[in-house]
Amino acid sequence: MTARIELDEPRCVASGLCVMVAPDVFDQRNDDGIAIVLSEEPADETLAGVREAVTLCPAAALRLVTV
Amino acid sequence: MTRIVIVGAAAAGLAATEELRRSGFDGAITLVGEEPHAPYDRPPLSKQALDGSWDAARLRLRSDSDLAVLNATFLSGRRAVAADAAHRTVTLDGGEELAYDGLVIATGVKPLRVDGDGLLTLRTLEDAERLRSRLQPGARVIIVGAGFLGTELAAAAATRGCKVTLLDSCNSLLARLGSPISRHVASLHAAHGVDVHSRVRVTHVDAAGAELADGEYLAADVVVACTGSVATTWWLEGSGIPLDDGVLCAADCSATPGIVAAGDVARWFNPAYGRLMRVEHRTNATQQGAHAARTLLAELDGGRGDAYFSVPYAWSHQFDTRIQLHGVVLDSDDTEIVAGSEADGSFIVAHREQDRLVGIIGVNAALRDLRPWQQQVYAEAALLTAPVG
Ligand SMILES: Cc1cc2nc3c(=O)[nH]c(=O)nc-3n(C[C@H](O)[C@H](O)[C@H](O)COP(=O)(O)OP(=O)(O)OC[C@H]3O[C@@H](n4cnc5c(N)ncnc54)[C@H](O)[C@@H]3O)c2cc1C
Repeated sequence: MTARIELDEPRCVASGLCVMVAPDVFDQRNDDGIAIVLSEEPADETLAGVREAVTLCPAAALRLVTV
Repeated sequence: MTRIVIVGAAAAGLAATEELRRSGFDGAITLVGEEPHAPYDRPPLSKQALDGSWDAARLRLRSDSDLAVLNATFLSGRRAVAADAAHRTVTLDGGEELAYDGLVIATGVKPLRVDGDGLLTLRTLEDAERLRSRLQPGARVIIVGAGFLGTELAAAAATRGCKVTLLDSCNSLLARLGSPISRHVASLHAAHGVDVHSRVRVTHVDAAGAELADGEYLAADVVVACTGSVATTWWLEGSGIPLDDGVLCAADCSATPGIVAAGDVARWFNPAYGRLMRVEHRTNATQQGAHAARTLLAELDGGRGDAYFSVPYAWSHQFDTRIQLHGVVLDSDDTEIVAGSEADGSFIVAHREQDRLVGIIGVNAALRDLRPWQQQVYAEAALLTAPVG
């Protein structure tokens, strides 16, 4: 089982919280701060941070799905 | 089995529920929400839900399957009418009592009611649906109150082709953000055909229109009151829980033993600014919801929670303009444009208190320009928090 991150980009409000809690997995676009997923299938050791990002995202723009 | 009851099933209540499970809590969770809906998001109500680009399904915060994983009992359409901190119970409408070991209060705020028959407000999904059907092209719309809500609503209505009048008293929120911002937003609205009346006093208002102190009468098809909100604590009167413009909490978001509060309803001592704060922003609702859940678990474990250190973040979208706020940006008399210019429509405003940078506001600002300022706001907040000596 692998975990995959889904970013619903039109929802993103550029809070940057995902980058704060999982900097290895997320970044933000330079012009408008919209989130970028650096690795769609995050490494196991980053999963805790990704789960936190999913909870904290103020726009409910992130999901972690197991495939 | 340990029982946790969460009252209020929106952003803060949901975040608390998720955090409890993420932290390994395997006791019983009951989530009580008076709205007959699965948890949904409010910021889009004045944006995508009004311009019609999102339907109700898109407003949901979590899918059914994401909610099911939380293994919580979700009592939707049920209202808590009382709580008893000494006996650790919550009473629901209908008289049913829920006993708890830990309680999370996340009941948010309600629009402040203004005297006047038939005025509309905007807080819920139903409010947004009602408004959308009334905001027809050509409709005359009066919005009382030019805070975030009023200005976003004005932008959405103008975009739909309504004739919008925005009535602003002197102490509205956007005025409180300082003159570069209020000036910019006023000209933005004027450029899009919104009739902005600043510094007016409304002597009478109802569904047919508004009368101003200077005698002018403005007729309307739709009148919306966006005049602020009150914390939803009516159900906690006499509960033994400290209330003072919200649920009064310590730095760790705890109110009394076994009780924490989060989101729009919580007033807590924020060590980042050394003062009591109640933050009505979406990001705080999730962060504080999660934090309050951790505090509650620590307490149930016989320990204590950590202080909730928060640099508030909020955003607003109006027409094609994006406003982002970090830190404390209300009512400061020391504001300065530190990057960009009003003329370009892209700039950054710094807010200071006694020479200390406490907040910044970016208007259509690029991240690369905003980020160093944001980092400085965080660094300053951390400095205040650091123990002396
Ligand atoms: C139209 C609109 C636009 C917004 N736009 C932005 C924005 O762009 N950016 C931003 O940062 N913030 C914005 N906000 C603010 C943001 O939505 C709030 O900060 C956030 O919703 C707070 O979440 P909460 O869970 O604390 O409270 P709420 O969302 O108010 O939820 C509280 C829930 O508790 C329920 N409840 C209340 N009393 C009881 C009871 N006695 N029993 C059971 N249930 C009860 C309520 O029905 C409600 O569902 C906006 C708000 C609105 C209304």
